[in-house]
Amino acid sequence: MATPLDPHAAIVAEASGLPPAAPLTTADGQPLARALNRSRRKARRQALLLVLPLLAFVVITFILPIGQMLHRSVYNPGFADNMPRISAWFAENPRGTDPDEAAWAALAADLTEAAEARTIGIVGTRMNYDVPGTRSLFTSTGRQVRGGLEPPYREALLEIDGKWASPELWAAMRTGATAYTANFYLASMDLTRDNDGNITEAPKERQVYGMLFMRTFWLSALITGMTFLLGFPVAHLLATLPTRKSNLLMILVLLPFWTSLLVRTTAWIVLLQQQGVVNDIMVWLGIIGDGQRLQMIYNQTGTIIAMTHILLPFMILPLYSVMRTINPSYVRAARSLGATSWTAFRRIYFPQTLPGLGAGALLVFILAVGYYITPALVGGSSGQLISNMIAMHMTETLNWSMAAALAALLLAGVLILYWVYDRLVGIDNLKLG
Amino acid sequence: MKLRATFIASTALVALAGPALAQDRTLNLLDWGGAYGESHQVAYNRPFEQETGIRIVVSDADNPATPIKAMVEAGNVTADVASVEYADAVRMCDEGLLEEIDPSILRPGANGETPEEDFIDGALTECFVGTDVYSMVLAYDDTKFPDAKPAGPADFFDLAAFPGKRTMRKGAKFNLELALMADGVAPDQVYEVLSTPEGVDQAFAKLVTIKNDVIWWEAGAQPPQLLADGEVTMAFAFNGRIFNAAMSENKPFNIVWNGQIYEMEGWVMPKGAPNREAALEYIAFSTAPEQLAKAAEQISYGPPRLSSASLVGNVAGTETPMLPHLPTAPENLELGIASNLDFWVDHDGELSERFNAWLAG
Repeated sequence: MATPLDPHAAIVAEASGLPPAAPLTTADGQPLARALNRSRRKARRQALLLVLPLLAFVVITFILPIGQMLHRSVYNPGFADNMPRISAWFAENPRGTDPDEAAWAALAADLTEAAEARTIGIVGTRMNYDVPGTRSLFTSTGRQVRGGLEPPYREALLEIDGKWASPELWAAMRTGATAYTANFYLASMDLTRDNDGNITEAPKERQVYGMLFMRTFWLSALITGMTFLLGFPVAHLLATLPTRKSNLLMILVLLPFWTSLLVRTTAWIVLLQQQGVVNDIMVWLGIIGDGQRLQMIYNQTGTIIAMTHILLPFMILPLYSVMRTINPSYVRAARSLGATSWTAFRRIYFPQTLPGLGAGALLVFILAVGYYITPALVGGSSGQLISNMIAMHMTETLNWSMAAALAALLLAGVLILYWVYDRLVGIDNLKLG
Repeated sequence: MKLRATFIASTALVALAGPALAQDRTLNLLDWGGAYGESHQVAYNRPFEQETGIRIVVSDADNPATPIKAMVEAGNVTADVASVEYADAVRMCDEGLLEEIDPSILRPGANGETPEEDFIDGALTECFVGTDVYSMVLAYDDTKFPDAKPAGPADFFDLAAFPGKRTMRKGAKFNLELALMADGVAPDQVYEVLSTPEGVDQAFAKLVTIKNDVIWWEAGAQPPQLLADGEVTMAFAFNGRIFNAAMSENKPFNIVWNGQIYEMEGWVMPKGAPNREAALEYIAFSTAPEQLAKAAEQISYGPPRLSSASLVGNVAGTETPMLPHLPTAPENLELGIASNLDFWVDHDGELSERFNAWLAG
């Protein structure tokens, strides 16, 4: 009997009058299925060889660095690697044990060694992330203990600096003694640990990340909405005009797209600032007085305007490519069957543009979430986004673990939204061009 | 057999000599670019290339300290000498990312002083040789204040007497110090006060008084532009940028040295720099008093050597003497404070978070 899965084979078998149970074979007597598989495998191997360079490129230049960066957000061996003895003491003695003379001796030995190996700065930097102000405690103590310390170590260290007795410091050292830590993620969510290791809220005046994450996602959604409102009619016009006119218009869309990001941002500063073109024209027309010039830049308004403009092509282009393929006879048919122009648009035309809209919205939103240079230049105080904080930790405070944790949270947020999007719209309905 | 051994030996020699020869001829310099990098080109790089025949390959970075950290951690160091800020130099030195530089390789002062005597305090550390002193200064548009002129930090915060918007760097550093000085804290006690929680509160409380009238700048080129556009009437900005705009574009900008906060920049060698000898030669050459003075004529950052001051001539291409426009001119130096490195390395992260929370709130 031919397998029901392979109706074609069944027909061939019946037509040729062969007994239905005999397996099909090739001319040299091998089973057909195996021969087919073998030739397919060869083709597959060739295909793999063709994509191998790209695969290697993506792994080496993208996946590895990103993976390494994400690893950094939970892994900081700055303390554990350079202070092995005291780290071992922490491992042996549970939380709540008061540091005994063995602990002080271990600490003194580690400090001396780290000072001589010039790694004391790394240790201090790691501790400073958890207890601000302790970096100089480590480096200055290091300078004084290079020649070695005399027991009793507790008194010797306390004589150098009384801060060595601080329970907060010992709690932080205990956390640092294990290279893997969730502290950077806690800090990214405005949380911290108290001296007993319990998770608590960070001091009110230092809570900044949660608010910035909210603002980043909210502004990105708003900008996506704005690009849709502005881009949809333009894309429709481009798709329906005669080719010659639409090509001309297309250049107007593409020209800013090809212009440097920095130039476009600076152009917006020239236009929108208080002594800028827009304010000058409004004063000249008498709409506002010279003393009431509007503040349209160095705040959230400026960020929204500039980013909407810069991201507009990413919405227009996918919409345009989808709209070009929509057959106008559907709308005509709807109209001839009595639909109003609004109903024809809503029921017939708009649903067909959804794949382009979905692609455009996803592109704009994801780009907006990670935007950095535009908010930095035109954002002022109220238009700062989370990427500005990531940049600050990368280049100013050099706390790369913190930057990595913030970036990982941002990535997680985007992935969750992508999943929601897939659930609601379906990623198969996406048409990028 | 003998032939083969010779062959192997000579191949090995060629292999050894190849990189050695290449090392003698090039030096990789990591610099900031812009007008500052150009001043290095004119005062250090071109004369050095002429004198020694070593070719200098310059690459620019936003802040050369960031690539150094990346290079050393990745074990692939391509830079020999880098220009970094003082705070970064000390921090990286403590973390073992930099080579130590022996001060005895440096040239003596103009009158034969030893380098240790001639360099100003803090300009020589284990891993760092200072090349210039720059500062954050108050500057204003002269045409906006025809009568009384701003004279110090307190005036910067006085919106009634000196109306108009201000521009300040978007960050905690420099601004907190300025706020305390404006609030009447003696300059030599600024960091003592700032080390206490009450001091930080006091600084933020003072900043609040002008918060709504501040445009925060991010790139050093912004403040002179904002002043020129009339967007702001006063700025707290890098002195070199203001000076350049006033000098080369004839803008009516005046600098108030009272309350200046100065810092240093200089050379460091990343750990494992490939061309060590050439790098040390370059550092010694460029920090000679004459070269430092020549660099100061290109850009208004002061030389950190005492014997350089008298060698500084006119602003390049003009008849204006440069010395009065330098942060290290004796009469300017005494009006300001040195930025406290230890304080900022300890509290940068904490105060930056608080500053950003304050800014956004």
